[in-house]
Amino acid sequence: MADPMRIRAQAKGNDAVVRVLMSHEMETGQRKDSSGKVIPAWHITDVTATHNGKPVLKAEWGPAVAKNPFMQFTVKGAKAGDKIAVSWKDNRGDTRTDEATVS
Amino acid sequence: MKTTRRQTLQQSAAVAALLATAGLLPRTALAWTPAAFEAKTVADALKAMGAGAPVESKDVTLTAPDIAENGAVVPMGVATTLANVKLLAVLVEKNPSPLVARFDVNESVEPNFLTRAKMGQSSDVYAVAITNDGKALFSKKEVKVTLGGCGG
Repeated sequence: MADPMRIRAQAKGNDAVVRVLMSHEMETGQRKDSSGKVIPAWHITDVTATHNGKPVLKAEWGPAVAKNPFMQFTVKGAKAGDKIAVSWKDNRGDTRTDEATVS
Repeated sequence: MKTTRRQTLQQSAAVAALLATAGLLPRTALAWTPAAFEAKTVADALKAMGAGAPVESKDVTLTAPDIAENGAVVPMGVATTLANVKLLAVLVEKNPSPLVARFDVNESVEPNFLTRAKMGQSSDVYAVAITNDGKALFSKKEVKVTLGGCGG
């Protein structure tokens, strides 16, 4: 299992700004190892997020997203105490979900 | 006969599963749509996401540095003030595959997303908004990279 995501959700007016730092190699499939063999692509492909269980974000990523990806988005109509859950899935089928409370 | 039908169904399911893994069956709506990410040009990536020829627009904003010290981690933001937008995408023209990320837009999130991307070399970076009727509007900026981010 990968390291947990760091999620910070802060209320700003009627919205919540959510910042997520994920732990993932995001291998492009362009690099070669020391013996000249291509290191296969291994990266997050789908990212979703929910606000109190309701889906609010759906994103698709390619291998060009940086290693240990950072993402920031703003959920409308969120307030302190609400729950934001972020999930990712990678091209190997691994998944991870972490949750944070809006502060 | 019951046994034969059940066996046929089981075999079909097994074959379907194999084909799905091999990528020969259409994926579900929630799965990764690789065609856009595998496109080799900005125009092909946009077409794969259902957009027509892109038009430059002041209503789409791209936030990116003029010079990226480290091509492995370049902050990029895409936002729009337009209504009727279906998705926002970030593309790096000179990357091996230009499409970096796409974010679906709905009424629960602000159409404003920030992430960090890898750039192989100095290149134009595009922020594109695709509307519900398939129009593509973009903003672009040249980002110079001092150290390429694709490794090697």
